[in-house]
Amino acid sequence: MITWPILSVTTFLPLVGALIVYLSRGDDEAAQRNSRWIALWTTLITFAVSVILVMRFDAGNPDFQFVEKANWLATGITYHMGVDGISLPLVILTTAVMPFCIIASWKAITRRVREYMMAFLILETLMIGTFSALDLVLFYLFFEGGLIPMFLIIGVWGGPRRVYASFKFFLYTLLGSVLMLLAIMALYWNGGTTDIPTLMHTAVPRNLQTWAWLAFFASFAVKMPMWPVHTWLPDAHVEAPTAGSVVLAAIMLKMGGYGFLRFSLPMFPLASHDFAPLMFTLSAIAIVYTSLVALMQEDMKKLIAYSSVAHMGFVTMGIFAGTMQGVAGGVFQMISHGIVSGALFLCVGVVYDRLHTREIAAYGGLVNRMPLYALTFMVFTMANVGLPGTSGFVGEFMTLLGTFKVSIPTAFFATFGVILSAAYALWLYRKVVFGALVKPSLASMKDLTFRECLTLFPMIALTILFGVYPKPVLDMSAASVQQLVNNYNTAVTAVKAAALLQ
Amino acid sequence: MNFVTAGYQLAPVLPELVLAIGAMALLMLGAYRGQGTTGAVTSLAVVLLVVVGVLEYMLPAGKQVTFGGSFIVDDFARFMKILALIGSAVTLVLSTEFLSDPSRRIFEYAILVLLSTLGMMVLISAGDLISLYLGLELMSLALYVVAASNRDNAKSTEAGLKYFVLGALSSGMLLYGASLIYGFTGTVSFTGIAAVATVSNVGLMFGLVFLLVGLCFKVSAVPFHMWTPDVYEGAPTPVTAFFASAPKVAALAVFTRVTLTAFPGIVSQWQQILVFVSIASMALGSFAAIGQSNIKRLMAYSSIGHMGFALVGLASGTVEGAQGVLMYIVIYVAMTLGSFSIILAMRRNGQAVEQISDFAGLSRTNPLLAFMFAMLLFSLAGIPPLAGFFAKWYVFVAAIKANLFTLAVVGVLTSVVGCYYYLSIVKTMYFDEPAGQVDPVRVEVKTVLAVFGMFNILFALFAGPVVSVASAAAKSLF
Repeated sequence: MITWPILSVTTFLPLVGALIVYLSRGDDEAAQRNSRWIALWTTLITFAVSVILVMRFDAGNPDFQFVEKANWLATGITYHMGVDGISLPLVILTTAVMPFCIIASWKAITRRVREYMMAFLILETLMIGTFSALDLVLFYLFFEGGLIPMFLIIGVWGGPRRVYASFKFFLYTLLGSVLMLLAIMALYWNGGTTDIPTLMHTAVPRNLQTWAWLAFFASFAVKMPMWPVHTWLPDAHVEAPTAGSVVLAAIMLKMGGYGFLRFSLPMFPLASHDFAPLMFTLSAIAIVYTSLVALMQEDMKKLIAYSSVAHMGFVTMGIFAGTMQGVAGGVFQMISHGIVSGALFLCVGVVYDRLHTREIAAYGGLVNRMPLYALTFMVFTMANVGLPGTSGFVGEFMTLLGTFKVSIPTAFFATFGVILSAAYALWLYRKVVFGALVKPSLASMKDLTFRECLTLFPMIALTILFGVYPKPVLDMSAASVQQLVNNYNTAVTAVKAAALLQ
Repeated sequence: MNFVTAGYQLAPVLPELVLAIGAMALLMLGAYRGQGTTGAVTSLAVVLLVVVGVLEYMLPAGKQVTFGGSFIVDDFARFMKILALIGSAVTLVLSTEFLSDPSRRIFEYAILVLLSTLGMMVLISAGDLISLYLGLELMSLALYVVAASNRDNAKSTEAGLKYFVLGALSSGMLLYGASLIYGFTGTVSFTGIAAVATVSNVGLMFGLVFLLVGLCFKVSAVPFHMWTPDVYEGAPTPVTAFFASAPKVAALAVFTRVTLTAFPGIVSQWQQILVFVSIASMALGSFAAIGQSNIKRLMAYSSIGHMGFALVGLASGTVEGAQGVLMYIVIYVAMTLGSFSIILAMRRNGQAVEQISDFAGLSRTNPLLAFMFAMLLFSLAGIPPLAGFFAKWYVFVAAIKANLFTLAVVGVLTSVVGCYYYLSIVKTMYFDEPAGQVDPVRVEVKTVLAVFGMFNILFALFAGPVVSVASAAAKSLF
């Protein structure tokens, strides 16, 4: 049925766009405009192609689809691509968010526009590749390769402490990942291949499972990020340009959760089961602790960054609950957080572009001058809080539900996170939007422009749509999640039964 | 007199013969026509190296042994020789600018590079300790002189002298080790040694240790690396590029051949030495480079670290390990030549600049150069999808298979530390304000940069064939 390599086209189309941007020489105003438009069209076409993926996707089939395989390196390492119900939503999230990032950078980025657009397009290729690679080496290639453009985006177009933030981001992430690389090698010798579908059905000795799980954990926990290795995230978010923050929050953080789902649970089920209490503890701490930290922030981006860590805590908690609701909720929460946190960073970008500060104290009473903005910001604040009717509620509710069956204390503490998130998010909203407009610098603030509406309104629609009707996402991932959970439970019960017999 | 008997064919040494005769002919040309022929001699030398490379490639496949086992031509030797020839030829191309200065019209430069390359080829093919020493000395003696080829410069002369004194010391140690090995095994040929050296005894161990010390000196592995930063910094930049590429290939090749073919019976003995040496090299290469401000000195520490990574493969003592070494050295040579072509391209107002701070803002004054260098630096740091990642993958995958977990973990952690200083250069180029315009880049430097820069960026696309060739070459050792 499929006559052209649709997944590879989706993956590498942005790279082609980056090449075209490169070829459009010049540094004057016209060249800058050209590179913006080329980048926008590339991301839009990529999104359009990825929509074909959705249309042709068979949601009832739990296995990998759109599979492409080609020889690459000898001896069991191949170019193998494919998506299933877990990765496809993330691919779509990536292709969908990227055009917004380009539009959000339209006016905000004025110097070295060509390089900026190229960095974003290359980053898009690497991110899509991460979610669709079905070979561990290929996965690692995309996963780590993404560090290079992000490093440059933070470092070249970032804020005052960009050098520190970019180095911290790069080295922190790399440190976690090199250990995963060694585990990949160990799996390669264990299974004779780095093919992910094959490895999912290869028995891994208990001992290797433990070590490999820890090594993968080192990488994904940093990427996620989980408490206590989350400290790079607030720095990176604060210093990155708006679109960089959006990509970081909406997509790159999901790589950690995706990694847990794709590798840790299916390949090391026993180790995952052994370490589940650790994950529960870390998740619960992340949810409560980072929410408390968020309460104390004076910088808007930092506050949202900490709230991201808390929301990612729900994802890890749900995934390692190992129940249908928990895992499906984890997937949904990732998508929902991708939309909501991305939109929140865009909201911060809107006022930052006008006043060039992210200090919460510098704002207040914006509702008087910017009613449209106040409304938009409110929707996303509510989604961040997890108000029923928004997408944030569905993910949090499902992960809590799934965890409740497995570990009541974890669910108990995690629920505090919902309350705390209401506290910090509403506090932020009140400080920035409500009150009297007394600060003279705010007197001339303009409401949302057409371009800003273009980025924010579709996200409002999605947030509310998925809040009242989450079925599209849940249906897409259901079969794959079901298979994942079944395999996981089978492996764990088999070992428990064996232990009882002895 | 019937000299051409069974074990003494000349066909396998044809490339070496052509190189030797060619080098002498060019020497005559230079000697009789004077220094005006420098340009011509250099160009002809490049042609000669290319011809030798083609001859080497066209030698009949399979393993051939001549001179009673002293000289071996197998896939491994062919692979390494062609690589060394590429390194030498590219160095000569990069030296054009250096030699065009009226005060430095020295045609001997190209001749010395040729003779050194001849030494490397003998070294790579060495089948016993005698030809090993012969090749090593021919290579090194020429290198000592080349290091001092900028005669009027105190630093260059100092580099040459320092290299000579320390090199002589290491040769002495190597010779001492060789004599001990001969004394305790009764033979100098690698196969003969392998047959006897199945259990370790004290004399053999001493011999092995001294031999390895000599070889560690040549690959500049810690703790025998002291000469490297000074020589790299003092020698003229094209010469540094040469030191960092071809001789490293030859030394690593002979290192691999000696350990794997002469001492396969006592792997556990030399394995612990190599594990220590490679951990020390990786650690020192990463930590000591952080404080450097001169780019050539930094590259010296970087090469020490990289040799440590290459030795990780060797330490595993398996076919996969040998393959890892081969992959590493190919990619290392490409990255090194690419990086040095950029260092050579960095000139302001006709003067070469070597400080890292001189690279400030290069991404705005010369975006292409900065991009290529950034990619090479990320590659040196081992970040995928660039070539350097594959180099590290193949050595560490061998170490994991050989259960050298500590070595592998320490290795990847030091690579993260090493990443810091590569990133600092990227930061200087991309995040800092420009330090002024750079001169237009010469065409030959540009060509070299384009070739190796693209090799580095696109390696993932054609990695498959390279892996197959390296795998075949590695198997020929066993």
